[in-house]
Amino acid sequence: MRQLWETPGGVHPPENKVQSLKLGIGHLAIPEKLILPLIQHIGDAAKPCVAIGDVVLKGQKIASASGDLSAPVHAPTSGVISAIEDRPVAHPSGMSALCIEIISDSEERWIDLYGHTDYKQLSPQEVSHLIADAGVTGLGGAGFPSAAKLDNGRTKPVNTLIINATECEPYITADDILIRERAAEIIQGIGVISHVLDMPRRILIGIESNKPEAIDALREACKSTAIEVVVVPTKYPSGGEKQLVYILTGQEIPSGQLPSDIGMVCVNSGTAFAIKRAVIDGQPLISRIMTVTGDACGINRNYEVLIGTPVSHILEKNKFIRKNCSRLIMGGPMMGFSLSSSELPVVKTTTCILAPSHSEIPEEDPQQPCIRCGLCAEACPASLLPQQLYWYAQSEDHERLQAHNLFDCIECGACSYVCPSNIPLVQYYRSSKGNIINSRNAKISAAKARERFEFRQVRLNKAEQAREVKREARRVATEKAKTSSSSAADIINAANLRAKARQASPDQQKAKLERSLMAAKMRLDEAQERLAEANKSGSAEQQAQQHASVEGARQKVEQTKRRLEELIR
Amino acid sequence: MIELLTENIILAALVSLVGLGVLFGGLLGYAAEKFKVESDPIVEQLDELLPQTQCGQCGFPGCKPYAQSIADGDAINKCPPGGQSTINAIAKLLDVAAPSLDEEHGEEEIRTVAFIREDECIGCTKCIQACPVDAILGAAKLMHTVITQECTGCDLCVEPCPVDCIDMLPIEEDIDQWRWSIPKNQHQLIATSSSTVHETLT
Repeated sequence: MRQLWETPGGVHPPENKVQSLKLGIGHLAIPEKLILPLIQHIGDAAKPCVAIGDVVLKGQKIASASGDLSAPVHAPTSGVISAIEDRPVAHPSGMSALCIEIISDSEERWIDLYGHTDYKQLSPQEVSHLIADAGVTGLGGAGFPSAAKLDNGRTKPVNTLIINATECEPYITADDILIRERAAEIIQGIGVISHVLDMPRRILIGIESNKPEAIDALREACKSTAIEVVVVPTKYPSGGEKQLVYILTGQEIPSGQLPSDIGMVCVNSGTAFAIKRAVIDGQPLISRIMTVTGDACGINRNYEVLIGTPVSHILEKNKFIRKNCSRLIMGGPMMGFSLSSSELPVVKTTTCILAPSHSEIPEEDPQQPCIRCGLCAEACPASLLPQQLYWYAQSEDHERLQAHNLFDCIECGACSYVCPSNIPLVQYYRSSKGNIINSRNAKISAAKARERFEFRQVRLNKAEQAREVKREARRVATEKAKTSSSSAADIINAANLRAKARQASPDQQKAKLERSLMAAKMRLDEAQERLAEANKSGSAEQQAQQHASVEGARQKVEQTKRRLEELIR
Repeated sequence: MIELLTENIILAALVSLVGLGVLFGGLLGYAAEKFKVESDPIVEQLDELLPQTQCGQCGFPGCKPYAQSIADGDAINKCPPGGQSTINAIAKLLDVAAPSLDEEHGEEEIRTVAFIREDECIGCTKCIQACPVDAILGAAKLMHTVITQECTGCDLCVEPCPVDCIDMLPIEEDIDQWRWSIPKNQHQLIATSSSTVHETLT
């Protein structure tokens, strides 16, 4: 039996997992329309690579990754691209983002798939590239692009691979049912991951004790492998990355660092399944297992849902009774957020749609003042002081918030859960984190603006100085000209000096005179020829003219000869 | 010499104290030369706090000159783009009471960026010369455009434009910039000494 470490804090909310586990993984009819947001992951949005009106096949890439941290999006079914525009997406803000809409032709024509059952022949880089190209992101909730995570793990020596199958949040059973039904495929996926990570020394699967069937299934599937299934006590939030790493290994991930910094990589079990599909079967990530639960739903069960399916379509098939529903939650009751409409699409990170009745999760009671009971500090799994953070969040004291390690808060909601005054503590922390990040960004852009301003100032000064120098030079020149023009003798002297300077050396002069003598002789010959012609056929006037030019040429030759002789002497 | 000192204690004390004085005086003098601070550090610190829009609404040609002026004793509430938060930060740094913004220099407004309606631009380069952070791109008789990421929203380019083709547009929040807000439903359930209670009583 492996030694386990206990994390501080934690809570035990009602699990409510039984109701959605009565039935196996179900399948839904393909909806008429699928809406695919281009950002379903942490990082930069994907860029559409199709146009409106294009016919796409199931599994075809419709948006490609852009930037260092990004993931492509694929068509979940065959059909026609009907729109590429801003649509409301599942986001706490209720705002819109760029989406691609596909009208399904319900034929489900696949593109050609190229699986790599022999992935061990490929290099880790090539396999990681396959994972990236299939658009696999973390399916546990955060949506970090998996290939980037594995590549990051590969840059540092990884000795431990942790598969997160804890699923500690109440109501959600997507991983549980996936393990029960498809444990073998998850193990294959773990094989692919460990190949990419260059065979880590140990592989641990962390699973909470409240899933006995899944534990049995995993143990059965892991029989002939070195993978160790570790059962951890049920406590919320033992599925947090930092918490699970500590429970299994006793090592803490330092503040602001990643598991890879201490030689570990943590991957969700659903992600391992998606990686198996991507590499071994060649299928991109176009569907996921998702829990649909809550008293307002007639049927509580898990479905394999196409990414982009509108929530309303799922609820319709699930005997959803709207008037019983207090609100629609995407994700679990602890960390999920309320949806503004049921028309929003399911994305890669959607683990659960929770439609509770009014009695199940009642409207929040009004917030009351903090009584400093300290229950939140006892519940905090990150050993923070939630009540202090709440105080500083109210006064927007960013320095103190950071000194109290606000950024180590994993936003698990355990503090809000135990708070007897119903204070929505996590929302205060989220808001403060946002404000701090905003002011950091503002500082960075202010520094940039300052640099640009100062550079411009330097540039303008330089230009002004250069102009000043020129002006000064011109002024000096004109003044000089004014003073020197007074005496005529100076001008003559200067002209003589210039003429002397222009005189070339005797050799050059000789060469020049010789050249001009040659030219003069040639001209004389030409003139004599023309004279002979004129004598033969021309008029008297022409003859006289040619005669004169011959005479002129002869004189020129004589003159040049004389100057040459003078020079030689 | 040593005998004289050992015999005369007062003289010994005097000599040793004067000696120490000269020694430390020399040391301090050397340190003052060696570790000389070129510019006033408080100016740098003030400049750090100012928003660097370089808009000149404070009456100085840029943020640094205003920082210098504050260091020389000017009022700290002349910066509308920085708003109350900047005033508070400066007040904290200088350990003085934080006044409210001097309305004479403008009101605190939401952040904007300049936008050139490009088909109306005649390419006169006047806005390029006015921009304090070189955030406008273009050449004579060619269309100009604003580099949005570099624009500080100072609106110094609007005035010189002869065809009025520059708009100051508020920065629209998109899904990446969205942040959670502080919860609003803070019901006051316990009686406190807030002013509203007093008002109802009197």
